[in-house]
Amino acid sequence: MKRDKILLAHGSGGELSRELIEEIIYPIFDNNGGQELLDSAFLALEGGRIAMTTDSYVISPLFFPGGDIGKLAACGTINDLAVCGAIPKFLSVGLIIEEGFPVEDLKKILRSLSDTAANAGVLVVTGDTKVVERGSADKIFINTTGIGIVPEGVSLGPTEISVGDLIIISGTVGDHGMAVLCQREGLSLGGQIASDCAPLSDLAELLVSTGGVSCMRDPTRGGVASVLYELARQSKMTMEILNEAVPIHHAVAAGCSMLGLDPIYLANEGKLLIFARPEKESEIMNVLRNHPLGRAGRVIGRVTSRDDSGKVLVETELGAKRILPVLEGEHLPRIC
Amino acid sequence: MPKTVRIHMHIKGVVQGVGFRPFVYNLAQSLGVKGWVNNTVRGVELEIEGEEPVLLKFSERMNEEAPPLALIEEITATRLAPVNYENFVIKDSEGGEEKFTLLSPDTATCPQCLEELKDPENRRYRYPFINCTNCGPRFTIIKDVPYDRSLTTMAGFLMCPDCQREYDDPRDRRFHAQPNACPACGPQVSLLDGQDRPSEVKDPVAEAVTLLKKGHILAVKGLGGYHLVCDAFNSSAVQVLRSRKNREAKPFAVMMPDMETVKKHCLVSREEETALSSQRRPIVLLGKKAGSPVAPEVAPGNRCLGVMLPYSPLHYLLFDQGLEVLVMTSGNKSGDAIEYVDREALTNLRDIADFFLSHNRDIHIRTDDSVVRIFRGKEMVLRRSRGYVPLPLKLPFQVDNILAVGGELKNTLCLTKGSRAFLSQHIGDLENLSNMQAFEQAVEHLQKVFNIRPRVVAYDLHPDYLSSKFAQEMGKCAQVAVQHHHAHVASCMAENGLMEEVIGVAFDGSGYGTDGNIWGGEFFVGSYGNFARWAHLEYVPLPGGPAAIRQPWRMAVSYLSTLLPGSMPERFLPELQNIDGQKLAMVKGLVTHAHKKLLTSSAGRLFDGVAALLGVRQEISYEGQAAIELEQLALTDVNVPGYSFTIKKDTLPWKIELGPMFDELIADRLNKYPVEMIAARFHKTVADLIFIGCMNIRKETGIKGVVLSGGVFQNILLLSQTVQLLEREGFTVYTHSKVPANDGGISLGQAVIAGAGVRKRRNF
Ligand SMILES: [Fe+3]
Ligand SMILES: [Mg+2]
Ligand SMILES: [Zn+2]
Ligand SMILES: [Zn+2]
Repeated sequence: MKRDKILLAHGSGGELSRELIEEIIYPIFDNNGGQELLDSAFLALEGGRIAMTTDSYVISPLFFPGGDIGKLAACGTINDLAVCGAIPKFLSVGLIIEEGFPVEDLKKILRSLSDTAANAGVLVVTGDTKVVERGSADKIFINTTGIGIVPEGVSLGPTEISVGDLIIISGTVGDHGMAVLCQREGLSLGGQIASDCAPLSDLAELLVSTGGVSCMRDPTRGGVASVLYELARQSKMTMEILNEAVPIHHAVAAGCSMLGLDPIYLANEGKLLIFARPEKESEIMNVLRNHPLGRAGRVIGRVTSRDDSGKVLVETELGAKRILPVLEGEHLPRIC
Repeated sequence: MPKTVRIHMHIKGVVQGVGFRPFVYNLAQSLGVKGWVNNTVRGVELEIEGEEPVLLKFSERMNEEAPPLALIEEITATRLAPVNYENFVIKDSEGGEEKFTLLSPDTATCPQCLEELKDPENRRYRYPFINCTNCGPRFTIIKDVPYDRSLTTMAGFLMCPDCQREYDDPRDRRFHAQPNACPACGPQVSLLDGQDRPSEVKDPVAEAVTLLKKGHILAVKGLGGYHLVCDAFNSSAVQVLRSRKNREAKPFAVMMPDMETVKKHCLVSREEETALSSQRRPIVLLGKKAGSPVAPEVAPGNRCLGVMLPYSPLHYLLFDQGLEVLVMTSGNKSGDAIEYVDREALTNLRDIADFFLSHNRDIHIRTDDSVVRIFRGKEMVLRRSRGYVPLPLKLPFQVDNILAVGGELKNTLCLTKGSRAFLSQHIGDLENLSNMQAFEQAVEHLQKVFNIRPRVVAYDLHPDYLSSKFAQEMGKCAQVAVQHHHAHVASCMAENGLMEEVIGVAFDGSGYGTDGNIWGGEFFVGSYGNFARWAHLEYVPLPGGPAAIRQPWRMAVSYLSTLLPGSMPERFLPELQNIDGQKLAMVKGLVTHAHKKLLTSSAGRLFDGVAALLGVRQEISYEGQAAIELEQLALTDVNVPGYSFTIKKDTLPWKIELGPMFDELIADRLNKYPVEMIAARFHKTVADLIFIGCMNIRKETGIKGVVLSGGVFQNILLLSQTVQLLEREGFTVYTHSKVPANDGGISLGQAVIAGAGVRKRRNF
């Protein structure tokens, strides 16, 4: 392609559109198991219920330590499937590009999306591209839809959570949120913080196969705290977290104390929050320890009782129990 | 011959559980008046029959000689045809109908009971639960109304014949004293070690005293909850208590046996003496005398000491073996609610207390000690709880059936009925589970005992306060969100009975503003229903949100970088040089470069920032610590000029610009003027800017009444200077006295604002 910036005409449906799709986009997804990108994909699925999810990705900055919007667009959707117990199979990619967007950046983003999907054994099977006028979008928006298969007998979800379940996190919390925040605010915290952005389908499959998982989530926006609240309410349970048990990367901890943030509210893109039967603790911890994405996994709390209002409590180092606040927006100080 | 008449009276007020009926009975007997008296759920009702002049005499004496705890609010009298009663009787309590009566607070042991306690001949000699109709537990043991033994935690104790005789005899001081008890039939104390093992000693109280003298820490069950107690002269015991309680520096309260001892250790004015020895027995903040042997660890870095006198018989017994000053701090783990259930106390205080001096009279409602300070000869309540609650506050207008849930810190709640506001006991910081549970329990309990079913619920505008969330989840209630500082001003207006428009000055740490910023240095004009924000301290970033509140040095950086850009005073200010360079750079970055800045106009943060610049404190361990220490540092006996500031009046609200002040303050600092003097000049500046602000607002509006509210006005130096300046120029100044200036008063303000019929939209 001759141009280095995306023009409005790239979205017109004419010659430039063909050029964008055939010369830039197709070659990148070429390594995707030889599937041709058609207007509709024909999918062969066997052996279980079909799971389907969709998500749109808008993030600033587009490139951050540990990833970019392309990788995020693949991981996010793959992980949404994985936490339901599904084995992700196919992905669609919808692009909304702002006029003037550098072609080089587009290539980088799409390559990283494609590589991530391929590594997770997921095929990109269809897509769409639109170009909008300058100012109508912020650089690039990506939508991905994913389809996966839930194996026979697998049933995860808030209703499966019971009193006594362990709450396990597969690694350090808040890495993605802090990485993006630092990049955006131009903060350096004396040690690079990289996003944890990673596809979790493989780890999730291994965990599910232990038979000890009752529910899983990927704690993205709003962090571990928001997921705990959502699940506490849906399952009508009280959940208790031991503050000092939550694994936090030291640079993230430093950043949080600097910015007055609590890492359990920060986004993750490569972590699983697992609700597990206590009798399967050692099996599950074994799976985590032997997987590159689960090495820092830890039990951080447990489901303690039924409670219609669904509370989340944090036990502090001093042994006092605090109610984990649900935050409406950003961290507004509540202290006086 | 004078005509015989019959008069029916309905008496409202605190007239139950305070010996009112026996008093009426005895009065009737002595005057030869016939009829009856009884307790109803609405108060006391009585009928008197006799010759007209005698009945007149009866009414007069009833008003004049009413028992000490009684508080007559209203008497409705109806003349009826005589029915020729034969005698005067006390009838049984009546139930049914709409329940409403006022309840008495818990009250300190009366002189007569105290005498009996010390009298070896008396059958209640050294009995820790001695009480009578004039004294003893009330609010903390009441489960429901009417106030009858069966509805208190005394229900399980069957009176012995002696006690029953007193209880039944209208001439006895213990006639219908619901908690009446004696060693033969009443509650008993027990001494336990940390493993729940009861001690076998014959006199657990004497043994407890011995343990205290040895330097042990005891958990002692009082009226409203457990105290943690140790010998205040014993530095190492106090230090151990601090480290076990994880309370670094926040002052501990102390108890002393009598006024004589208090005067030995503290400076006591006449008004302070009155407050200390009142039947409410609050903790009174007093100036410490130099050379007092009270360990410095009791109130480190503080010129004041929070002192109270014994208020339960058990307290008196702790002192009769030679102990002089005892630390008496709330029995809780740091931040938790005060422990009041025996089983829970034993578990939760096990790591703090060596022994437990407990007893088997249950506490139904936990109630902390109240704290007051005397300002210009008047009591100024800082924490309104035991001894004050549940007496109502009189409102300037009728506000029915409102529940106001208060703020997040120092929470109280408030229920209204007619022109009365029932402000709850101090509940604490809601983030702690136990405090939130106490909050929910208090909402239930107060609704029940005052029979109020709220139709409107008022709460703070802050979206994340747990009290706000509680309110929003309440069904069947109209919801009213109230801005924090409006509530502060309204609470002060209400306690002063104001209706007219005022200039409201609310200076505190932080509250959520209608513009999404954190307010706290605010001038309003208006009344309950229509406050306009007229002026405020100019906004500066709050770098790191809550972190900026815990670390005052961040505020110093924020003020300097915002108000004096490019000046880089941190290069030469020693206090800021001690901060880790990388952190300093990052906070500077947050102040100057961050995309999303949380802005604040808080006066509390201004005190913090200045405290940090003067090297007073860079990090705090309890709320308001830096400001409190800055106040104590400031010279008070000299007249110093304030620093400069400007009021920018081009748009409403006006902005009070502090750049000139920081400029001059830093110059003073670099000239090595004493920090005591700079602190004094700073205080004067804040007083000046409030004064000048009000002068300018008066010029525009003609309003002469100024209301001062918010936690910053607990600073006596600032408050007295401000009041002086304003009064000298003809302002009428209203300050807090019955209700805390801090967030403990927020619920009252919310209630009156909601009551004034303002429906604020929930989102701005
Ligand atoms: Fe406040
Ligand atoms: Mg999603
Ligand atoms: Zn008495
Ligand atoms: Zn008895």
